[in-house]
Amino acid sequence: MSTWRIARLIAAKDLRVEWRSRVLINQVLPFATLVMVMFAFALDNNDRVLTRVAPGLVWLATMFSLLVVVQRTFAVETADGALDALQVAGVRPGGVFLGKALALAAQLAALELVLMGAAVVLYRTEFQAGGVVLLVTTYLAATTGLAFVGTLYGGLAAGAKGRETLLPLLMLPVVAPVLIGATRATEAALGTEGATPSDGWPWIGLLTLFAALFGVGGTMAFGSLIDE
Amino acid sequence: MNTMTPPTSTPAPASPKHPTSTRFTRALGVASLVGIGWLVAFGLFLSPNDRVHKTGVRILYIHVPSAWLAYLAFGVTGIASGLYLWKRTRSLMWDRLAGASAEVGVLFMGITLVSGSLWGRISWGTYWTWDARLTTTAFLFVTYIGYLAVRDLGGTHQQRARRSAVMALLAVLEVPLVHYSVKWWRPLHQNETVEEGKLSGLMLFSLFVGIISFTLLYVWLVMHRQRVLALNDQVDDRGLDVALAARREES
Repeated sequence: MSTWRIARLIAAKDLRVEWRSRVLINQVLPFATLVMVMFAFALDNNDRVLTRVAPGLVWLATMFSLLVVVQRTFAVETADGALDALQVAGVRPGGVFLGKALALAAQLAALELVLMGAAVVLYRTEFQAGGVVLLVTTYLAATTGLAFVGTLYGGLAAGAKGRETLLPLLMLPVVAPVLIGATRATEAALGTEGATPSDGWPWIGLLTLFAALFGVGGTMAFGSLIDE
Repeated sequence: MNTMTPPTSTPAPASPKHPTSTRFTRALGVASLVGIGWLVAFGLFLSPNDRVHKTGVRILYIHVPSAWLAYLAFGVTGIASGLYLWKRTRSLMWDRLAGASAEVGVLFMGITLVSGSLWGRISWGTYWTWDARLTTTAFLFVTYIGYLAVRDLGGTHQQRARRSAVMALLAVLEVPLVHYSVKWWRPLHQNETVEEGKLSGLMLFSLFVGIISFTLLYVWLVMHRQRVLALNDQVDDRGLDVALAARREES
């Protein structure tokens, strides 16, 4: 079976599990929205401040939710030793990695849409027609990068004792460049503080490089990391 | 040089009197102690005050050597991990070297961060700035703490070695990304880093003494830690055998 076919099957399986259990919709989405509300409490409900920092808060809330979603996506695998079974069955780890990343990216993409909606409602964020292309590109590049990193470190922590506490320690430093890059690019797309879309494109370069490096690295290394 | 080291190199059994030391490491330990004595003499007494930073400049004799050593230590971890992953040089010795070096690296990086923020407070009036070099250093620190946590995840020695070697190489991937993203994020703060080349002869010499003595200390610590890690592995292996033998006798 080709790597892509394995990836498609794994992704479809993960999304089916999610569709039937509705953990993302019933638990993660409310959690992420709650985080957005809590940010407003922390920043004293000052509309000007909230509008200014909205892009950063959206991506920060995404990263907190990423931790939760990654735990969930690997809890599904480890609960009955499915990951080991896949390995014993000789399924290529690269394909498993790509499939899990694909499903994770789809879930993150849905989550980010809701968070951006929450930013419009709660923080009075306004979109600009000129920045739409940049915004969509940022959204795609950052989501891909986050999904690759999430799958890589999620897989590593999956079999481990104390994975709940290990995962944030390992993953948050790695996704810091995405937080910086995606926030700056989103600010440029929204025109926050007079930024123009042309300011955002160099950051897209960084986000794409990040996604490519961790995509290739993850496909190659995933087998070594999940080997139990 | 023989690159085909046997997969499990068994160190000489350690006696309680000299747990992990040999004649060489004892000499090295004495040398690094003497070096640090020199550093204290030059750094605190013999070298002059700086015109701008006054006596605060003495922090640099600790700060610069420990920063250099932390980078050296993480470099050694990266290379040793690569050597472990490369099939022709695969040996648990490289894995233990990587682990020992990372431990010492985290220690020196901690010293770098503390001494650096004290220096920052004296010379820039603030403990911390969002400069690319500082932020990358802080991220390196956290990343290698994570690396050490991954080393403790359990499993066989080979699993540990492979997993942590991959982690060390991922850290090599991460560091430039963090560095450049922070650099573009706050480009204005670059000029605040310490400019080299403004130190007098005796100050440079003190710095030099610091670097040499810290390097000796690093080699000494890593050799000991590596031997302790080898003994730990041995205990794990033998512990299982002993337990099996005890169970057989029971039945």
